Amino acid sequence: MKSSFLVTPAENQPGASIDGDAAEQPSRRNFLKGSAALMVAPLLPASAKSRTSDEDAVAVAAVPASPPTVPWQEFLPDVIGVLDANPLDPSPTGTANIAGGEAGRPSHQRWNEFAARAEPYELHAAQRENWVFSPSYPAQPVWTYQAKEPDLSILSPVVFAHYGHPVLCRIYNDLPANHVGFGSPEISTHLHNLHCGSESDGFPGDYYSATKAGPTLTSPGGFRDHLYSNIYAGYDELQNGIGDYREALGTLFYHDHTTDFTAPNIVRGLVGFYCLFDELDSGDERDPNPSALRLPSHPYDYPLSFSDRRFDADGMLYYDQVNPDGVLGDKVVVNGKIEPVLRVARRKYRLRLLNAGPSRFYQFYLVRPNNVIQPFTYIANDGNLLERPLLNQTFVRLGVAERGDIVVDFSRYPRGTELYLVNRLTHVADDTRRPDRVVAPGVRVLKIVVDREPPEQDLSQVPSFLRPLRPLPSTAELAALPVRRWVFERRQNMWAINGQFLDINVPRAQIPLGGMEIWELASVDNGWDHPIHIHFEEGRILSKTTDGRNVVIPAHERGRKDVFVVNGRTTIRVLLRFRDYKGKYVMHCHNLIHEDHSMMLRWDIV
Amino acid sequence: MNTRRKLLAGMGVGVAALGVAALQRGSDAPQAIVRSSAGTKNFPNVTLYTHEGQPVKFYDDLIRGKLVTFNMMYAQCERTCPVSTANLRLVQKMLGERVGRDVFMYSISLQPEMDTPQRLREYVARHHIEPGWLFLTGARADIDLVRYRLGFYDPDPLVDFNDANHTGMLRVGNDALDRWTMAPTLTAPEQILSTINHVDMAMAHTAHREPSVV
Repeated sequence: MKSSFLVTPAENQPGASIDGDAAEQPSRRNFLKGSAALMVAPLLPASAKSRTSDEDAVAVAAVPASPPTVPWQEFLPDVIGVLDANPLDPSPTGTANIAGGEAGRPSHQRWNEFAARAEPYELHAAQRENWVFSPSYPAQPVWTYQAKEPDLSILSPVVFAHYGHPVLCRIYNDLPANHVGFGSPEISTHLHNLHCGSESDGFPGDYYSATKAGPTLTSPGGFRDHLYSNIYAGYDELQNGIGDYREALGTLFYHDHTTDFTAPNIVRGLVGFYCLFDELDSGDERDPNPSALRLPSHPYDYPLSFSDRRFDADGMLYYDQVNPDGVLGDKVVVNGKIEPVLRVARRKYRLRLLNAGPSRFYQFYLVRPNNVIQPFTYIANDGNLLERPLLNQTFVRLGVAERGDIVVDFSRYPRGTELYLVNRLTHVADDTRRPDRVVAPGVRVLKIVVDREPPEQDLSQVPSFLRPLRPLPSTAELAALPVRRWVFERRQNMWAINGQFLDINVPRAQIPLGGMEIWELASVDNGWDHPIHIHFEEGRILSKTTDGRNVVIPAHERGRKDVFVVNGRTTIRVLLRFRDYKGKYVMHCHNLIHEDHSMMLRWDIV
Repeated sequence: MNTRRKLLAGMGVGVAALGVAALQRGSDAPQAIVRSSAGTKNFPNVTLYTHEGQPVKFYDDLIRGKLVTFNMMYAQCERTCPVSTANLRLVQKMLGERVGRDVFMYSISLQPEMDTPQRLREYVARHHIEPGWLFLTGARADIDLVRYRLGFYDPDPLVDFNDANHTGMLRVGNDALDRWTMAPTLTAPEQILSTINHVDMAMAHTAHREPSVV
């Protein structure tokens, strides 16, 4: 569809009745009784439709559903596409190389400690002209991060990085400056959950292109260098040259974070994975090191991103830039493909599931064709390994930006077995507010075919203990910590935190370097769920209360998290530390329309 | 007499010149829908009236090919409009000569029956608003068309119908690029300005810079 609204012929009904108090408190409600037929049809979610006879008069036209697709026509690559290192020209510099074309960022922190041994990587945000989401739809342009010499069969490649090995990632912005339509061709790439300096964090105000500088940059530039030091949090505290291994991050993802346009830019496609390994989670299932976990490793370590998208009647990607609630996708795009097939060998796989947004929530099950649920092992939430694997799990629930790593043992199935990953979590049609119910059998989003024997014996394992958590501070210590309370709520057709909207220039909290605090994330049940993401260091949930009652924290949320879903009348208390770097960071709702519609705040480490 | 008629009748002298009939008639016809200059969107091209009493076509005169900002307000609003208008006034000051030349600011009344051009003119004077920023009224039906087209509605009809909770968005758009976003009118003027500059191809720097620095 080309237009998101319908117009009915004009019709005047001057005889509409008006309540006696209308003059005191003028209300459109009364006028609408008479003029409903004149209305541009709002994109009302079904839940909001026509509750009374008044509202029955409001013409309602939902966004048409995406055209049907023929499923299981395309295969995901057997081996995920990985970004290779390549030398950078010009050489990276601690202060921005403005003369060389770099955007005017602040100087890198800890440059002298990490730059000399940083591995160089290069990504280009670019428009890919002929991407096929599904053979049922025409090839069409998307935006992606790609290598200097791109592999055109995949979208953004995966970056494999290792603790103790810093990465210098140069990200060029090659998007078309004269782009027409949704999305804005500036980028500020956030590496979600990485512990790094704010100048490399993809701060939303730091967006850039060759012709544009975000408000917190000093000048435009065609690229920006990001120093991903790949140290654990606790680097200064432990003075061991690498930090606290209990803070290791595993499944991260990079995505655009440009102020005002994060939702449309991500809908265009600016998302990719970044996996971090260390001595335990070494990315080598045959690692002779006795401390290595030997989890299934590449190519049997496979990241899968799930993105909700809507397509118009012509099969072209659709986004309504002025819809105050954004657009709920009715097609789930898996690594760039609608209803693709993943062929697997008969052995264990680590699947890293990411909800890449913008707005849909998922609850995934692995099922046979007859919908019988298959168990798996849940090893990491939000990319962080749990202390112990959760065995015989049946589902992974993901709010936007949440991740779940699972290990599935396909050796249990004979060759030729077909399985499906299904989403059983529904939303009311077009409703981006929050998920609705879990309904079987669900929507099949990925077909998995066990199609071959592994070329060599599967030596991977899932040990009974994965990675220790740092013990929580004592009750007395916790009681002495500073507490900040943040209330997430609807305001003025947008969303606010403590009643305020985004101001990227002014920090709402200033936290001393090395500080530890308790943040209370609260929602007031006025109709929306909010997956709240706090940049910089992952946190620990201390408690969750709903309607004043203590709620048991589910096992998979008892590790370290960077997204906290608040819903209903809930308060989540989170323990956070602020170590090793200074600078400006943000907290925001990761339902991307809420983020763009101002549910974001800046906080600084000083 | 119902209130709406009373309001329309009460619009009095200011509207008389425009013709009450024109305001009552509402949206002209299907031909009032036009294709945007980028060729990607439809807009209702209804007639609105400026605080100076000039009839203007919503798309052709206000938006086509321009960088625009829109917000909703009404003269009697005592909750959020005073601060919003004050913020936007500061934005107008920062924009300086760009207002009316490169950037076109519009405020649309949510209560067109009450907010006659005369009344909006008084509002403009009271808030010391400079030229280049137009306040708009019109037929209720046309205002509603425009309001929905700009995304100034709440999915919940009960909320939508309540003027007291009206949208606080400033819709910001570059029509030639079909690039639309928004800023909250209640945030800092510098934040609002950087969003406007974000969609302005002529502005390399989105942060506010004093003229001497530009």
